[in-house]
Amino acid sequence: MTAPLLSIRDLHLRMSSFDGRAHVLNGINLTVNRGEIWGLVGESGCGKSLTGLSVSRLQPTPPAHYTAGEILLEGQDLLKLSPSQMQRLRGKRIGMIFQDPTTNLNPAFRIGEQLVDVALAAADRDPEVIGCAPNAGRRECRQAARKLAGEMLTRVGIPNALARLDDYPHQFSGGMRQRVLIAMALIGRPDLLIADEPTTALDVSVQAQILELIKNSVKDFDMGVVLITHNLGVVAQTCSHVAVMYAGNIVESGPVAAVIGNPVHPYTRALMSAIPTRETRRGELRGLAGSVPNLITPPPGCRFAPRCQFAQPACTTAMPAPVSVGDNHAAACIRVNEMEALVDD
Amino acid sequence: MTEIMLEIDNVSKIYPGRRGIFGTSPEVHALKNVSLSVRKGESFGLVGESGSGKTTLTRSILHLETPTSGSIRVQGQDLGKLSEAELRRLRSRVQIVFQDPYASLNPRMSVYDIVTEPLVIHHETLGLTNRQRSDRAAELLSLVGMGSQHLHRYPHEFSGGQRQRICIARALASGPELLLLDEPTSALDVSVQAQVLNLLCELQDRLGLTYFFISHDLAVVRYLCDRVALINRGEIVEQGDCAQIFDAPKSEYARMLIGAMPEVKVPA
Repeated sequence: MTAPLLSIRDLHLRMSSFDGRAHVLNGINLTVNRGEIWGLVGESGCGKSLTGLSVSRLQPTPPAHYTAGEILLEGQDLLKLSPSQMQRLRGKRIGMIFQDPTTNLNPAFRIGEQLVDVALAAADRDPEVIGCAPNAGRRECRQAARKLAGEMLTRVGIPNALARLDDYPHQFSGGMRQRVLIAMALIGRPDLLIADEPTTALDVSVQAQILELIKNSVKDFDMGVVLITHNLGVVAQTCSHVAVMYAGNIVESGPVAAVIGNPVHPYTRALMSAIPTRETRRGELRGLAGSVPNLITPPPGCRFAPRCQFAQPACTTAMPAPVSVGDNHAAACIRVNEMEALVDD
Repeated sequence: MTEIMLEIDNVSKIYPGRRGIFGTSPEVHALKNVSLSVRKGESFGLVGESGSGKTTLTRSILHLETPTSGSIRVQGQDLGKLSEAELRRLRSRVQIVFQDPYASLNPRMSVYDIVTEPLVIHHETLGLTNRQRSDRAAELLSLVGMGSQHLHRYPHEFSGGQRQRICIARALASGPELLLLDEPTSALDVSVQAQVLNLLCELQDRLGLTYFFISHDLAVVRYLCDRVALINRGEIVEQGDCAQIFDAPKSEYARMLIGAMPEVKVPA
């Protein structure tokens, strides 16, 4: 049996600050296979982005400090790689898309140049990416990379792509810039794509197009995707699997249909009932009282217990382990099996 | 016949082209013949994508922008025909809550100063003494679900949801009848968004406010608003009862927007 594309095992991350050390990731377990789109959802400050940044090792250490765990990319532990080894993986094997398309493109360079640079860096490792012979001259490589850049822009739906290679980022709209970034992330044919809130800054109509584009790319390139978002609607629309995070833990994970159709963790339920739907009547929206706990002195036991309406004394003694509640569907709550009866009351 | 709170009649706004070193930029038609009316006591939603003219329209209602043509009337008073003093008096009845509670509170002012500032500015209209202002500040905070122990703290001590509550308290200070809400929950987490939306519902029931709610989040508009208008490139594309527009959109644009709305449901 081959190793899964990405396997995060019991990852612990501490962050030093002036007030003390915060336990920001507290035993994350996540396995992503090719062809899967994993949604990572939760409120701000629950560790979604840090999980993503840890995989691409873009979180500077210090202040961050990995105290335990491993991040395996097809069996290779990323946490043990040197910075230069890691740099060779980025762009080629791991692609990233960030939230704000405006700040992630260099305003002083043409779009084409920026795409070509990424393609050439990826080609250093694998000349097949740009499709020219290993001993080809620099000029030849550049031309091939430029051709590929044009193809990628066409693929992400930018009209008249070849002419637009010579445009600067400010000549593109927000949605178009996000497409350019996606093209840039995909140009090295990565095996794993990490998309950190790729559509939060965009309008709904553009958001739908970008999500569709990510979905199609998974089919075309046979990659795995980690989609970080705070919007459960986006997850339902796009992802095959979902992991719900709260205060540095994954509290519930599984296939989208199972988790959204039958959420068992009280936090997932609370998140879902906070979103107005067609049926929600005025004044009946249920918010979640309280706020995310201070991670320097986290509450004992289950970190959600202080805000949980079903909490018992036993909840504060130990961190609950994930309990399987169905095919690949697990929730970290000691009252999972009573949940149906509790909700009916 | 219900009273009309806000009437926007055939308003257009053209920003003239600017002459720069690379030539003249074309003029921008930010609003094209926009007409709508908001009844007293209802929630009216304005939905549009970025660049569609939502903000220009909001700023026009506050008379921070002067429309190129057309008129805006608040309770029958035409904003374009009022004197400075009359405008100031009118503004005590029209207040706004902004999108970003991190940017719209002055970090150097305490909550007390923030909430009582409108009372000082509208001193002529309201005529409150210092003592009455203090009482009013405490009353406002309890209205938005906070306590008088928060009065002498500074904005950085509060979470996003609490800051937005402070913004709402400030907007309510002068006793407005019309509240403009410019994407008041889009910077907040869903759980906090739900609390703020519930607060807005409760305040409307209690104080009989009229809301003009600007958003690009259709789910929130469907939840809160009675009527809705969709705006695209400065033109109103469709307007009507909320339920009717969401269930049977007439225009292509409305169908597209509603179709693109990410719903939390089990995928088919």
